[in-house]
This record gives sequence, structure tokens and C-alpha cells, in this order.
Amino acid sequence: MSHDFQIFLLLTVVKIAVVLVITLTAVAYTVLLERKVIGRMQNRWGPSRTGPFGLLQPLADGIKLFLKEDLMPLAVARPLYILAPMIALGCALVSISVVPFGALTRVHGVDIFQIADVNIGLLVILGITSIGVYGIALSGWSSNNKYSLLGSLRASAQVISYELALGLSLVGVVIRAGSLNLRIIVDSQVGNGFLSWNFFGGFQFIAFFIYLMAAYAETNRAPFDLPEAETELVAGYHTEYSSMKFAMFFMAEYANMITVSCVATLLFFGGASSPFAGWIHPFGPPALQAIVPVFWFVAKILAFLFLYIWVRSTLPRFRYDQLMSFGWKFLLPLAIANIIVTSFVFALRG
Amino acid sequence: MQLALFLIFGALAVAGALNLLFQRHPINSALSLVVVMMSLAVLYWSLGAEFLAAAQVIVYSGAIMVLFVFVIMLLNAGEEERTSGSRAAYNVGIPGAVAIFCVLAFVFLSEGSALGTANVGGRLANGLDNIAEVSSVLFTKLLLPFEVTSILILVAIVGAVVLARKEQ
Repeated sequence: MSHDFQIFLLLTVVKIAVVLVITLTAVAYTVLLERKVIGRMQNRWGPSRTGPFGLLQPLADGIKLFLKEDLMPLAVARPLYILAPMIALGCALVSISVVPFGALTRVHGVDIFQIADVNIGLLVILGITSIGVYGIALSGWSSNNKYSLLGSLRASAQVISYELALGLSLVGVVIRAGSLNLRIIVDSQVGNGFLSWNFFGGFQFIAFFIYLMAAYAETNRAPFDLPEAETELVAGYHTEYSSMKFAMFFMAEYANMITVSCVATLLFFGGASSPFAGWIHPFGPPALQAIVPVFWFVAKILAFLFLYIWVRSTLPRFRYDQLMSFGWKFLLPLAIANIIVTSFVFALRG
Repeated sequence: MQLALFLIFGALAVAGALNLLFQRHPINSALSLVVVMMSLAVLYWSLGAEFLAAAQVIVYSGAIMVLFVFVIMLLNAGEEERTSGSRAAYNVGIPGAVAIFCVLAFVFLSEGSALGTANVGGRLANGLDNIAEVSSVLFTKLLLPFEVTSILILVAIVGAVVLARKEQ
């Protein structure tokens, strides 16, 4: 093995480890953020006893989930029952590997703010998300429980339906950038600060709202959380899961929220670029210049996560027929119209 | 590296295909088919056809097979019984399968220069790998077949809607 390859291998492994640890920590603290914010919105405190401001709550939850007894009903389809949470969590975590977290910064020829720079990064994310459905579908089927089965049937139908609107809403952005590479998509939104972002300068705000609604449905979050509607389905597809297997579904849901926020940031809000890029020249030592974009990226992700939580505590759940007709009769035609208008504009501009 | 990928995922695809035939429960067969398709996607990618790999995953594994699994779950299909099969299946099926395999192998070998060739574990030579190249070929040279296929799919969708429609 050559020396360059060894450095590449080492740095890649380090990157994967660091991103994995940060993502899992972010997942744990997103749960805390959600409980705190919803608490405040409902005029109560939320978790506040474990550590200062309840900051050690995720640790306590983790220990609790680890130490709980792992129950497995007798009549489950064993291999699939065990495989399902792994598929869900695996897919949720893998898709973050193509996300660029900061500006292109090479150390020994390896970009340290992105695990893998893939030409078709956007399609990779869409593909991995579409595989994630198997986790939900199989968990419900293998549990041998009618609530689980109904929950997973709902989830699969919902995810398949909204995947179309989600994919189509991104086409306008791809037309503007002329590429599926996430770095090139981000670079196409740099120039005049936040005015060049696809949301403002690209006139993709309709696409953004389609994406946002479809993404909420894809991640099974309120107001589209029918697969786990407590009043009807106990807990939906993970009714029969306990201990770490349940925790894996739980982490997958929050990791998916983070991925969706990453994609929204990259595609519509300029990724890691600052809202004043092009107006204020970057200053300070090179290390600072490399870190500041990461800060902007994290700030944007946090804003999206806050929006998720805000929506959950504000909007009531849709009825099932409303969900389906909203997806097929409203979002899908709107997404197609957006593609037609965007491509016309870009064709006229040449 | 590429040779290792080819060997691992080629073996996985063959194992998945055999498992598809030998499993008795439809959901296990469907999942084996997913494994086959994912392995094929990896093989496409190792040949350099990124877009084809992504399309394979999104369309086949992510949409079509999810629908298969969905329908199996919805109908709650049970285990199938093993039968020895009809005589017609043996008399026509096996020669038919061999014939189709021979025709496909012949076409791929004789049209190798037009379709692109690769050594074991190598990249596809003179094939189209870039999305821009693929789409420009799709919308110029292959425009008619491409549009005819879309109309065919549209007809299928309309047919499905007509069949599923409730009588007024």
C-alpha cells in the first residue's frame, strides 16, 4: 500500500468515527431539545432534574434503555424482527456520509468536512432513504401484531406516496446547479449572500415548501405521524419492541430528521456558506476560516430542527384520507408545475 | 479493490437469487430479490455507471420491491406448498430459459464495442457513465424508444386506475 493511500484510509476512518459520534450525540440532544421546547410551548418545564437544566437527561435515558430487559414475543418472525431496527438505523446513519459540513478544506489531499464526495450525492441520499422503508415495513410485519402491521402498512404507503413529491421538488434545484453533486449544488448558491440561496435567488421557495412537507411525511413526524398514532395504534410499528431495539427505531427517527434538515440546508439555504458570503470577505487565520462555515451549517440545521419541534407542538394530526389526497392531489401536481416553470425559465435564459 | 467488490457482490447476487428460489415464504423471497438488486447496483457502480446504480436502488429496491413487500404484507400471504411442477414447465421452461440466456449472451458479446466492455474487476471502457452523457443520448439518439416507453407506462397507469375504479 502506498503512503498516500494509508493517509487516505486513516483520515477516512477518523472522519467516519467523528461524524458518527457527533450524529449520535446530536440525536440524543435533539430528543432533549424536543422535550424542552415542547415543554415550554405547553407552559411547563420539560426535563429539568438530571444535571444542570436537565442536560444529562439523554445520558440517563440511554442508560435506562440499555439496561431494560429485551423482550421478544414468541410468535415473531425472528430474523426479520431483529433485522428491521438495524435496517432503519443503518440507513438513517449512512445517508449523512455524503453531506458536506463545511467549505472544501483539504488536509493531505483529503477533504475533512465530507466523508465521501460522490458525483450523485443527492441520489445517494434519496436511494438510502428509500431503502429505510424496509425497516418500518418489516418491523410491523414480523411483530405478528395487528397494531404493528397497520402502523407499518400506513408508514409504507405514506413514504412511497410522499417520496414522489419529495424527489420532484428537488429537480428545480438540480436544474439550477446542473449537477447532482452536493458540493456543486452548494457552490451554485454562493455570490450575493443569502440572496443567491435557492430559496430566495433561485425562486425555489415553492419547491422548498413541497420538500419540507414531503420530508415531514417521510420521517413520520407530526402532523404526518399516522404510523404511530397513539390513540389508534398503541405505538404503531414498534409496539412490540423494547430496550435497545426500540431505541434503534427512536434514534433512526431523529437521525432522519437531522438528514432531512441537512438536505434542506444544502439544497435551499446555501449549505455551509454564510448569509453574507460575497459581501464580507472571510477574515482571520485559515483555521478560523475553515471552522466558521461549519458553524453556519450547524446553525441552519438547528433552525430546521426547531421548526420540526415547533410544527409538532402546533399542528394536529392529519386524517388518513387527508394525508393521501394532500400528497397525491396537491403536492405532486404542484411539484410538477414547479419543474415545468423552472425549466422554462432556465431554457429562456439559455 | 474493484476485483474484491466484484467478487463479493457478484457472489452475493447469485446467493440472493438462489435464496429467492429456495425460500418458501414470499416475503423472504422478496427480500432476497432486494439483496440481488442492491448487489447489482454495487456492481454497476464499480463499473463506473453511477447513475444506473442510483436508479437501480431508487426505482427497483426503493419503489418496486417496497410495493411487492407491501402487497405481500397486505394480503398476508402464507407459505407456499412445494409441488413437483407441471410437465409443460419442465419441457418448455428449461429450454426456454437456456435459449433466452444464449440470445442475451450472444447480443452482449457481439455488440460489445457499442455497449462498452470491461475486464473482470475493471471499469467500463467506452461506455457512458456521466449523467450528462446518458441524458443527451437518451434525448437525442434514443428519443423515440424513450417516449414510447413513457406512453406505455402511462397506458399501464390508466389501465390500473380503470380496473381499480369503483362502479358508480
